[in-house]
Amino acid sequence: MSILVIAEHNNAELNAATLNTVAAAKAIGGDIDVLVAGAGCAAVADAAAKVTGVNKVLLADNAAYANLLPENVSLLIAELGKGYSHILAPASTNGKNYLPRVAALLDVDQISEIIGVESADTFKRPIYAGNAIATVQSNAAIKVITVRSTGFDAVAAEGGSAAVEAVASAHDAGVSSFVGEELAKSDRPELAGAKIVISGGRGMQNGDNFEMLYKVADKLGAAVGASRAAVDAGFVPNDMQVGQTGKIVAPQLYVAVGISGAIQHLAGMKDSKVIVAINKDEEAPIFQVADYGLVADLFEAVPELEGKL
Amino acid sequence: MKVLVAVKRVVDYNVKVRVKADNSGVDLANVKMSMNPFCEIAVEEAVRLKEKGVATEIVAVTVGPTAAQEQLRTALALGADRAVLVESADELSSLAIAKALKAVVDKEQPQLVILGKQAIDSDNNQTGQMLAALSGYAQGTFASEVAVEGDSVKVTREIDGGLQTVALKLPAIVTTDLRLNEPRYASLPNIMKAKKKPLEVVKPEDLGVSTASTVTTLKVEAPAARSAGIKVKSVDELVDKLKNEAKVI
Repeated sequence: MSILVIAEHNNAELNAATLNTVAAAKAIGGDIDVLVAGAGCAAVADAAAKVTGVNKVLLADNAAYANLLPENVSLLIAELGKGYSHILAPASTNGKNYLPRVAALLDVDQISEIIGVESADTFKRPIYAGNAIATVQSNAAIKVITVRSTGFDAVAAEGGSAAVEAVASAHDAGVSSFVGEELAKSDRPELAGAKIVISGGRGMQNGDNFEMLYKVADKLGAAVGASRAAVDAGFVPNDMQVGQTGKIVAPQLYVAVGISGAIQHLAGMKDSKVIVAINKDEEAPIFQVADYGLVADLFEAVPELEGKL
Repeated sequence: MKVLVAVKRVVDYNVKVRVKADNSGVDLANVKMSMNPFCEIAVEEAVRLKEKGVATEIVAVTVGPTAAQEQLRTALALGADRAVLVESADELSSLAIAKALKAVVDKEQPQLVILGKQAIDSDNNQTGQMLAALSGYAQGTFASEVAVEGDSVKVTREIDGGLQTVALKLPAIVTTDLRLNEPRYASLPNIMKAKKKPLEVVKPEDLGVSTASTVTTLKVEAPAARSAGIKVKSVDELVDKLKNEAKVI
C-alpha cells in the first residue's frame, strides 16, 4: 500500500494538522508520501521531509497552486493520486474544499473526517454532530479520506529525512481566481492545536466583553473560541467558532463561559480532556458534560479567575 | 439567469438522535424531519438574488425519498418557482447524489447552483464540491457573501484563518455557510400557493445515473458517554481542582 498525504500549509510553514494526518496514514500502514502544492513553498517541502515516517515529498511549486484553488489543485492531486491506494488530507477548510473534488474526478466516494482507523479499508467517523459514530468500509480502488486532527496524535515533526522530488505538472483550470483574504492576526495559539481553549457564548453580551477572556487566555497560554451564537451576534469573527460546522477542538482544558451547550457546540469540544463550564443558569446543558461546573455570574467569576491564576 | 438550489431532507436540528439497539443506524421512526439548515440558507440566497433582479427563475431540487416532496414544497413556499425530485428510497452517497444533480444541471443549464455546505445528518461536506468537479465548474464553498457581477460571481468564504474572496466564472457552484443570510419563514398564503407550483418527479435511472456506492456502513454506535462532573462552589475551588486534581494548569 502507498498513501499520499496532502500537506496543509501557508507556503511558508507546514501546518501541524499535517502531522495528525501522517499519523492516520501510519495507522493505515504503507509508504507515506507527502504532497506540498503551493507557490514559493520549498521551505514547506523541506519541513515535510523531516517529518517522522515520510518516505518522499512531492513538491508542486507553481503559481496555479498559490492559494490552493480547488479547481486547479484537484486536477494535480487526481493525477498524482492514481498511483496510490489512499489519499489523505486534513479536514481543514482547504482539505474539505479540494478533496471531494478529487474524489469525484477519480469516481470514488470520499470518507469525511475519520477519527479512527480499524484497518486499511475500515474507518470510524462521527455523524449527526458526533451523536453517533459510524464504522464504514470502502472497496474503492483509491480511498479518498479527510482526517479530523483531534482523532490522531501528531507524529514527530523531526527525525525523518525524506527526499524532495519536484513535480512539473501545472494545472490551471482557468475558471477561478483569488481576489483577497482577511486573516485574523493573533499572538495566541491556534484554536485547533491549543492545549487550553477558553470560549465565550451569548452570555458574553458583546464583543468588548471578550477582552476578559483574552486576559485569562494570555495568563494560561490559551486560545480563545466562541459559540455559534456569539459569532452570529457579531461579537467575534467566524474563525473563532467551535462546533459541528466550525472548528473541532480537543484540548487538555476547555473552559466554556456563558455557553448554554447546544448539541452543535458540544460536537466541537466534547472530546476535550477536562471541561469547565461557567454559567449562571444551573440548568444549562453544558453542565451535563462539564467536569467542573461553576454556577456564577461570568462578569464576576471571570475577572476573579484571572486574578487568581 | 436561472438558479438551481439543492435541498436535503434531514432530521430536524433540534432532535437529539439515538442509535438503534442493533447498531444498524440511528432511529428515525417518528422523528421530526426538516430541510437541512444550510439548505434553507441556500434557498434564501436564491430568493434574494431573484428579489434583486439577478435571478429570473429558481428551480429547487432534491435527491431523496417520496417524503422529500415536503422539503421541496417548503422551498416553493419560500420562493422557488418549480421543483424536481430525483426519487430514490435508498440512502445515497454524496457522489451518487452529485451525479444525479449533474444530470439535472445538464438538463436545466442553470448559471448558478447553490447548495448547503453540509447536511447535519451525514456531516459529509462533499456534494457541492463533487457536483462542481463533475460539471467542470468553479466552486465557492462555505460562502458568507455572494455577489454576481456580469459573467462571474464573487464569493467570500469562511476559512480556518478568517475570510477569503474568490472570483468564479459562471456557471458556478456555491455552498453556503451560516453567516450568508438569515432565512425567512414561509407565510401561510405562500404555503398555500406552493401547493399549486409544479413539482416533477424523476428516477435516477431516468437520468441514466448509477447510484452504486463504494462505501458500506458496518455499524453505528453511540459515542462514549461523558458523565457530568461536580459543581464547584467558588473560583478558588475551581482553580484548586484544576491545579491539584485535574493538573491541567
